[in-house]
Amino acid sequence: MGIDLPLLWAIIIGVGLMMYVVMDGFDLGIGILFPFVADRADRDTMVNSVAPVWDGNETWLVFGGAAMLAAFPIAYSVILSALYLPLILMLVGLIWRGVAFEFRFKADEGHKGLWDKAFACGSYTATFCQGVSLGAFIDGFKVEGGAYAGGLLDWLSPFSVFTGIALLLAYALLGATWLVMKTEGDLQRKMRKISLRFVPILLVAIFIVSLWTPFSHPPIAQRWFSFPNLVFFAPVPILVVLATWALSKTLSSESHALPFVLTLMILFLGYSGLAISMWPNIVPPGISIWEAASPPQSLGFALVGALFIIPFIMAYTAWSYYVFRGKVRAGEGYH
Amino acid sequence: MFGLTALELARIQFGFTVSFHIVFPAITIGLASYLVVLEGLWLTRKDPVYRDLYHFWSTIFAVNFAMGVVSGLVMAYEFGTNWSFFSAFAGPITGPLLAYEVLTAFFLEAGFLGVALFGWNKVGPGLHFFATTMVALGTLISTTWILASNSWMQTPQGFEIVDGRVVPVDWLKVIFNPSFPYRFAHMTIAAFLSTALFVGASGAWHLLRGNDNKRTRKMFSMAMWMVLAVAPVQIVVGDAHGLNTLEHQPAKIAAMEGHWRNKPGEGVPLILFGVPDMETEQTRYSIEIPRLGSIILTHSLSGQFKGLAEFDRRDRPNSLVLFWSFRVMVGLGMLMLLLGALGLFLRWRGQLFENRIFLRFAAVMGPSGLIALLAGWYTTEIGRQPWVVYGVMRTEDAVSNHSALALSLTLVIFVVVYFSVFGLGVSYMLKLVGKGPLETDHTATPREQGQSPRPSRPLSAAPDNVDPIPGRKDK
Ligand code: HDD
Ligand code: HEM
Ligand code: HEM
Repeated sequence: MGIDLPLLWAIIIGVGLMMYVVMDGFDLGIGILFPFVADRADRDTMVNSVAPVWDGNETWLVFGGAAMLAAFPIAYSVILSALYLPLILMLVGLIWRGVAFEFRFKADEGHKGLWDKAFACGSYTATFCQGVSLGAFIDGFKVEGGAYAGGLLDWLSPFSVFTGIALLLAYALLGATWLVMKTEGDLQRKMRKISLRFVPILLVAIFIVSLWTPFSHPPIAQRWFSFPNLVFFAPVPILVVLATWALSKTLSSESHALPFVLTLMILFLGYSGLAISMWPNIVPPGISIWEAASPPQSLGFALVGALFIIPFIMAYTAWSYYVFRGKVRAGEGYH
Repeated sequence: MFGLTALELARIQFGFTVSFHIVFPAITIGLASYLVVLEGLWLTRKDPVYRDLYHFWSTIFAVNFAMGVVSGLVMAYEFGTNWSFFSAFAGPITGPLLAYEVLTAFFLEAGFLGVALFGWNKVGPGLHFFATTMVALGTLISTTWILASNSWMQTPQGFEIVDGRVVPVDWLKVIFNPSFPYRFAHMTIAAFLSTALFVGASGAWHLLRGNDNKRTRKMFSMAMWMVLAVAPVQIVVGDAHGLNTLEHQPAKIAAMEGHWRNKPGEGVPLILFGVPDMETEQTRYSIEIPRLGSIILTHSLSGQFKGLAEFDRRDRPNSLVLFWSFRVMVGLGMLMLLLGALGLFLRWRGQLFENRIFLRFAAVMGPSGLIALLAGWYTTEIGRQPWVVYGVMRTEDAVSNHSALALSLTLVIFVVVYFSVFGLGVSYMLKLVGKGPLETDHTATPREQGQSPRPSRPLSAAPDNVDPIPGRKDK
């Protein structure tokens, strides 16, 4: 067959995970910001700004898992068993924060504080575990005979802990700029301030990760720092710096939507940097997308559906965002 | 932990998480369709009772849905974390099925859920109805795919094994495998039945408490019609399902019946009660009806089917568990039939809403649908053992390489989190049910209409100050 099915699927999964990171990123970010906002009414507004859409956002994570099982079953089985503990903890975090959306409003008075805490702790746990998993993924897994052969705690390293913290920062900024866009008045001012404080810290974190990754992984260093790659890939770090600069400018201006868009861009750039480093492996360090792929009968069957249905999904997701467009005001929402 | 092997712990963990999960989808599937019916009736008949019931059940639906989503998320990852060899082996088939479920069902549900729950005032009535319908459709599509996947694991076909993993040859055969139509019908009806019994019990509870009004009467009456119509169908479908299983998984049927060996030329009795013993290969203390087993399963007086002793010891599912889980399901099914029939009789006598004994019966039957549904799944899944893909891959070859320690640790985490989160969640749901459907003012905004029975902020306090157990009559 002329079509490179594994390649197409790698792109689809890449885009799917990207969708997940930006979309669930800002609603996890809202939970991460909870400790900085004490007022109950403000917290309600924050939660209400994502309540109608969080479920759809999280579905991209389910899609990532299912598509990986369909297209790269070996990768799915190796990565998921290697990351057993962080993934289970991530799921537990997502449980706490997912039910808190509903329970915050429906619980008995005495329990409400509990669900605020659950919302925040769940968001922290889930995000940190995602970041740790990302770091462990970059570090690579020990594989023998097509199955994971490492230990229970192999994922834990200073590098993975650091990527965990970095992701917390990234999602927090995403959440804060989302709120700049969706709220007004005091809350918005507060979010501008918080974002401004986060921007330089995030820039430093990105900087550290971008150096740590190649220096502790020689093959990645070789990819980036050899010629002519250096020239091709140079726009990525340059654009990151430009975008961060623009971000701090717009945050100090009157702009409502631009900070969010710029943060998305920074995340997107970081994500493409990661893709450049990893390509073409799906189970680092040694298994490529072609070695891990399902038989063509499976890839082709699922591809037809994906290509046909994803446009519809995008369309009605966009419609749902459109229905809930504009500022969220205190006391608005159905609860 | 307790001397259990990693395999046993992985199975317990999967069984535990999936048992919690399935309870929520069952109610989600049923309530979503019920909401479509309510909103449709409101739009065509303009009787506010339907709108009030819609708002009442949609808040309960929202809580239930959130629990379904987060518990389902765990399931989608557990295939890889707990059954990595199964995923690597069967992923080329179960993966695309799950991917289609996400693409056609989960996104549909999630995409329209926001509008269905929060958009009553944001979009027109037609669009809102459309959103509700899409959510309900999504739940049914989801059922289709996940049951195709599960049924393929029960009665696999349409594939070959190349290089130690399955390769799909004919997708139509994979999806429409022999047990799929029966399992799909049986499970969908089980979800509707469980929801009808839950709604009916809520109505009965309010009527018993003296909260007798148009709305509680309406929901009780609708639920009783549903039970009446669907319970008999479920029994017929279940019987057909059993015949299909006899054809494809005879060991499962033998274990369910506690049937060990045939006597020459004699029909098989139906064992009503007994204690199957896996060691001595007999069913002790049995109470039997001669030949009834043959009549049900072979439709003849002296037909025979394989006994469990005829299978290799290694290939036998646990008869003690199956025997009883099957009887719990069938017994509850018979009680549901009785409930529906009694309801019809009392309706004809004009006493449906007054007969307190019947109301108590309906209230007690509230959880029976979910119990039967779980018992049914235990029968199906434990009866599939020792295979994970029937006749193709054994469960012991499917499990990941985790240590018993790792699995014990995560199992403890799951047990603690599930009981606390879902325990509290269910208690909130029941409290919402306990408030009962409120009568609302036509002209008010949704918030003032009391979509939320709880004051979450000062603005919405008005409708929430109602006595939790209202005793007023306004029929
Ligand atoms: C008969 C139907 C049925 C069965 C047997 C299962 N589910 Fe389920 N599942 C649903 C019916 C459903 C649903 C009705 O579609 C849910 C319930 C609440 C919801 O949001 O969708 C759902 C939710 C749900 C979600 C969250 C979807 C979202 O993000 O919106 C996932 C990932 C799964 N399920 C995965 C599974 C897996 C891997 C199962 C197998 C062990 C499974 N479900 C059994
Ligand atoms: C939703 C209702 C379901 C319930 C209540 C249920 C229940 C169970 C239980 C109790 C077990 C453990 C059996 C044992 O080890 O003795 C099990 C195992 C399993 N089930 Fe299900 N199940 C359900 C649906 C599904 C579905 C839809 C699938 C697949 C698409 C599935 C796939 C599996 C797998 C892979 C195992 C593990 C291997 C095994 O132990 O056989 N189950 N399930
Ligand atoms: C009363 C007559 C009933 C009969 C004869 C019957 C028969 C069966 C049989 C034979 C199975 C096992 C299928 C297999 O795995 O091979 C089964 C499974 C199941 N039953 Fe029933 N059943 C009855 C009532 C009910 C009721 C009332 C409910 C729930 C409300 C229910 C829910 C289920 C579920 C959820 C399963 C597992 C899914 C499946 O395999 O279809 N059943 N039933």
